[in-house]
Amino acid sequence: MAKITLTPTKTPTLRLEAENICPDSFAGKSNEEIANLHVFVGKESQALGDYFEIAGESGSTAAETTIVINGDVNRVKYIGMKMSAGEVIINGDADMYVGAWMSGGKINANGSVDAFSGLGMTGGELIIKGDAGNYLGAAYRGDWRGMQGGTIRVSGNAGSDVGTFMRGGTIIIGGNVDVHVGTHMEGGTIIVKGDAKSRVGGQMVKGDIYVFGDIEVMMPGFQYRKDVDSEVDGTTGSFALYEGDIGERHGKSKGETIYGKLYMKH
Amino acid sequence: MSRSWMRLRSLRRSAYRQVGNLAKIVTDVVCPFCGTLCDDLEVALDDSGEKILEVYNACAIGAAKFLHSQAEDRLTRPQMKQEDGSWKEVTYDEAVEYTAQMLIDAKKPLMYGWSSTSCSAQSVGSELGEVVGACMDNTATVCHGSSLIAVQDVGIPSATLGEIANRADRVVFWGCNPAHAHPRHMSRYSIFPRGFFTGKGSKSRKMVVVDPRRTDTAKMADIHLQLEQGHDYELLSAIRVAIRGEKLPKTVAGIPAETIYEVAETLKSGRFAVIFFGMGVTQSLGKNHNIDIAIAVTRDLNDYTKAAIIPMRGHYNVTGSGQVWGWQFGFPFCLDLSRGFARYNPGDSSSNDLLIRDEVDAAFVLGSDPGAHFPVGSVRKIAQMPSVCIDPHITPTSAVSKLHVPVAFVGVEVGGCAYRMDNVPIETRKVVEPPEGMLTDEEFLTMVLKRVKEMKGAA
Amino acid sequence: MTDYIIRNGFVYDPVLGINGDIMDVAVRDGKIVDAGDVTKATEIDASGMTVMAAAVDIHAHVAGPKVNVGRNFRPEDKLFNCNVGSGVKRMEAGFSVPTTIRTGYLYARMGFGFSMEAAMPPLYARHTHEEIVDTPIIDQGALPVFGNNWFVLEYIKENEVENTAAYIAWLLAQTKGYGVKCVNPGGTESWGWGMNCETVDDVVPYFDVTPRQIVDGLIAANEMLGLPHCMHVHGNSLGEPGNYGVTLDTLKIAEGHKPNNEFGRESVLHHTHLQFHCYGGESYASKSFESKSKEVMDYVNSTDNITFDLGVVTLDETTTMTADGPFEFHLSHMNSLKWANTDVELETGSGIVPFIYNPKTFIAGAQWAVGLELGLLVKDPMKAYVTTDAPNAGPLMRYPRVYKWLMSAKAREDMLNNVLKYGDSIRARCYIGELDREISLYELAMMTRAGPAKTLGLGHMFGSLKAGLEGDVAVYPYNPESDTDDPEKIEYAFGNCATLIKGGELIIKEGEVVSNGRQKRTFWVNAKTNENPVVERDISEKFKRYYTVTQNNYTVEGHHYMPNPYVIEVDATK
Ligand code: SF4
Ligand SMILES: [Zn+2]
Repeated sequence: MAKITLTPTKTPTLRLEAENICPDSFAGKSNEEIANLHVFVGKESQALGDYFEIAGESGSTAAETTIVINGDVNRVKYIGMKMSAGEVIINGDADMYVGAWMSGGKINANGSVDAFSGLGMTGGELIIKGDAGNYLGAAYRGDWRGMQGGTIRVSGNAGSDVGTFMRGGTIIIGGNVDVHVGTHMEGGTIIVKGDAKSRVGGQMVKGDIYVFGDIEVMMPGFQYRKDVDSEVDGTTGSFALYEGDIGERHGKSKGETIYGKLYMKH
Repeated sequence: MSRSWMRLRSLRRSAYRQVGNLAKIVTDVVCPFCGTLCDDLEVALDDSGEKILEVYNACAIGAAKFLHSQAEDRLTRPQMKQEDGSWKEVTYDEAVEYTAQMLIDAKKPLMYGWSSTSCSAQSVGSELGEVVGACMDNTATVCHGSSLIAVQDVGIPSATLGEIANRADRVVFWGCNPAHAHPRHMSRYSIFPRGFFTGKGSKSRKMVVVDPRRTDTAKMADIHLQLEQGHDYELLSAIRVAIRGEKLPKTVAGIPAETIYEVAETLKSGRFAVIFFGMGVTQSLGKNHNIDIAIAVTRDLNDYTKAAIIPMRGHYNVTGSGQVWGWQFGFPFCLDLSRGFARYNPGDSSSNDLLIRDEVDAAFVLGSDPGAHFPVGSVRKIAQMPSVCIDPHITPTSAVSKLHVPVAFVGVEVGGCAYRMDNVPIETRKVVEPPEGMLTDEEFLTMVLKRVKEMKGAA
Repeated sequence: MTDYIIRNGFVYDPVLGINGDIMDVAVRDGKIVDAGDVTKATEIDASGMTVMAAAVDIHAHVAGPKVNVGRNFRPEDKLFNCNVGSGVKRMEAGFSVPTTIRTGYLYARMGFGFSMEAAMPPLYARHTHEEIVDTPIIDQGALPVFGNNWFVLEYIKENEVENTAAYIAWLLAQTKGYGVKCVNPGGTESWGWGMNCETVDDVVPYFDVTPRQIVDGLIAANEMLGLPHCMHVHGNSLGEPGNYGVTLDTLKIAEGHKPNNEFGRESVLHHTHLQFHCYGGESYASKSFESKSKEVMDYVNSTDNITFDLGVVTLDETTTMTADGPFEFHLSHMNSLKWANTDVELETGSGIVPFIYNPKTFIAGAQWAVGLELGLLVKDPMKAYVTTDAPNAGPLMRYPRVYKWLMSAKAREDMLNNVLKYGDSIRARCYIGELDREISLYELAMMTRAGPAKTLGLGHMFGSLKAGLEGDVAVYPYNPESDTDDPEKIEYAFGNCATLIKGGELIIKEGEVVSNGRQKRTFWVNAKTNENPVVERDISEKFKRYYTVTQNNYTVEGHHYMPNPYVIEVDATK
């Protein structure tokens, strides 16, 4: 696997839009070509090389390319957007849309990421060591097809609107989450190891949500069914199973209504 | 004897009548204040036709809007802020030059407002925004933007206000207080009209108000749900559960389950139910999700009866701004045109986020007053950057701007199209002439657009 | 104004009987002239290419309130689907519901000169016109909807055709409308109470009138006025399995009505998106559903006063939008996607729901088949017009793909064998497999130009290259002699015209949009009628009591709604 390193040399005056920081864009390009890839500051098109020192080399395909960003890029948006393969390692904090619409490959964000990370994701892995902002693994506005596949793992806390319109894949939050978890969820799994505030599983059609800590305010449309023992992301325990959102539409399978499942750890 | 309907149409042009020889009454005047967009006002002018004497049919705020336009101390020429903070009068040409240069120099200018002006001005503004690569946003961003997001997520079963007047027998006001914010709403559309199928007026309707406060509107209601602040989402969710006849916890949002079942039954048993909602839900915790689930309640009700939901839009033409951008760019607010194509994502491309995150470097404000309505942090940012405020009044925004361009009042001194809260487009009327030599905002925008194109052509 | 001469193209013009002859076509002062009549013209080389009069769209939803709901409530329809503006071109966005700007450019690239907005709610007429103004290049008109209008329901109940006609004339002048559209007659008013009219004999609640009476009354009033276009209907029970009987009932209402107009129009009833109305069976399952296109076309072929458009399903993700409110409600229950609805006081309603015609399902493939069958079964192509009921059965940009399917049996076979999952059951339940007809370029010109122009009453302006008509000419990079090997060439060529001259102005030059059009016009019809105090009184009564705008504020007027109007005058006083 070829490794190419980007070291930030300059802080953008506004924010830098750099969807080109992506194995799919780098693959098969010389460092000079990569330095010339466009980045945007507002309406101004500039070169990636104006903001980063580029070392190492990229692979001939995305899958063979690892991009390492050494430094804070908390004013750089769209890192790894739409990536399909390869790897991105961010040694610092990053701005919005990290791994948005990604379909494959792996992003290791060793700092925190801002909102809309993993938006509309269909595959791959997004690992965040720090915290994540709002709309982690959510759907783009208006789309009923939110996250459809892949894994997002956050060690810290996440903001509001985690996994809105989620249809598949897994989101694991090590810490706490803000309001609205799995709203309109219709598949996939969300695991919250810390506490949740309120509005967990609102308008949920299908799928699984696990909460290890407390939920401050429970949705009225969830009904307790039974206790179950389960192994969840390496933790074994007893969970209270709730089904809902009772007020929402639900499909049927073999004559039985399929609800969303909310597991609360005892 | 034949007649062309076109001739009938031309009669309308002189929609005023002479009263004695003192005053002249202009009829069918449209109120350019709130989203109720009343179009039955009558305005009395003195015999010169220049001064507004009296405004009939309007509510107090609407009337004040007309009378205020005639204030003696009104600015009639652009003012540029000097180094020492004082203001100096400049010509419109100089104002055009400054504005054009500012928009061209900025990497990412914010062009905000657009809610208190006509659609034609908005249309010219859109092209200007496109040419200079601006972020364009309107007052929905601090008001009903959350409703627009909800509509994108789940749609909206709705109706024009006349449908409500003619059919509705169950009327819900959720997080809004029309008695104060939309004073003529209840008399024109929602509670009192005797419509085609609602001949008994308010007696044919059941009124439900949901508000943590005992507002003047709430005092009129048959049922007032005084919920705990910030729990609208839970209560609406509970109503959905109740509509399906499923089991509820004892209380939700501080409201006993029995009451929730009763409200659900009241709504289901009507022939036509409508929910009006306002800032009490659009800007409280969860924002768009509150509206989303209120829409879901409306959608559910349509399985049992007929139901509609309508946002109580504030500014008289914030709706029109969303329409113009919709057809030109595809999105109703929070547009980022900086890269030559339109992007949209509130939370990123929304004015306050752009300002707080230092993503924009110039501010152009027209037809709104962010100085009064934005958080202090955002206003401080506007004050730090090159800025232009286009507004008939001196406002908190004009006070922090570098250039203030006063323009004629739309709906008083110049006509133009505006969209009511139910999206019905109505042509506002010109009632009096603006002070001599004053431009309309559309004229000013057209000059700036022309100048920007010249500058870009030269570059 | 520059004159143009388009040299050496293969010219197709059914009005003049020109079938692929190599000829020159000339435009002077905005009009078509004989090639010998121009002297200092700019030459355009069309050798090896196809030349036709610009196309005419008789039915598309491209401007107005429900179209804009479709845009604004579907940000995902624009995600990664936009063009950066460049040169004179402004930015474009949207797939199934393009922005007005993209709509104008799309029409231009496909070689269109005129488009009829298919449904204008009268109370929202200003909105429709504002969008038309902001749609570059193409001439447009809009059809106000009448089929659920309270005035119409009341007059027709009492058999008052004359009052209906007077009201129609009044409304056209108020809204600057072009003709009479009727969507789900009676059904949308019923939807005001959550109900519907599913057959032509269902009774509208309270108004006590039936769809049959409404359609009949509107045809009679339309012909009494002598409007350029005929009554344009979207019948009851759209999209329902087994609806073809309702469709035949609707079509048969035209029997006994004769065209009365000075525009050369022969049809008294235009049935739109007929594809959605030719279903047999009781469900969408392959064991029940069947195509009834042949049954319907047998009837249509036997008449001389009915026209229709196809409404071909293009198997895309799209956005459905119609004044048929109850249908959209029904659809939202089928696919559970977002649903917008607007009921309009005293007049109409509308609904909007995104929809995915999935080629992996039987029913979407069967719908695709039914639409094409109609075009292949019609005897006289002057009666059948190519549409996708854009965007209901498919996005506007898919027209060229539909041409390909109509013109190439090979392309259809490829769909049935390789693209559609249930090709075999579609062959079994529909007629598509039996039809090997291939629409010729000459017939295509009938179905996209001469035919729709004639039925809109615009044959004197559009649809042909006859001297004196509008200078609207499209040149497609398609060689009818050598490009027949690959049907994809049809789709490419008709979506990328090499040259478009619109109203004498060069809009597309060598495949690039070079102008936003200076001449763009809005067409409306001003029908003079005898004075009618009853109708005048009824109008002012209804405004006072039931409308929420005043009568004086209803009228659409002002330069900003119509900077460039084209008024067709009709004298209905005799
Ligand atoms: S209710 Fe609103 S629109 Fe009507 S008069 Fe009062 S302020 Fe004006
Ligand atoms: Zn249609």
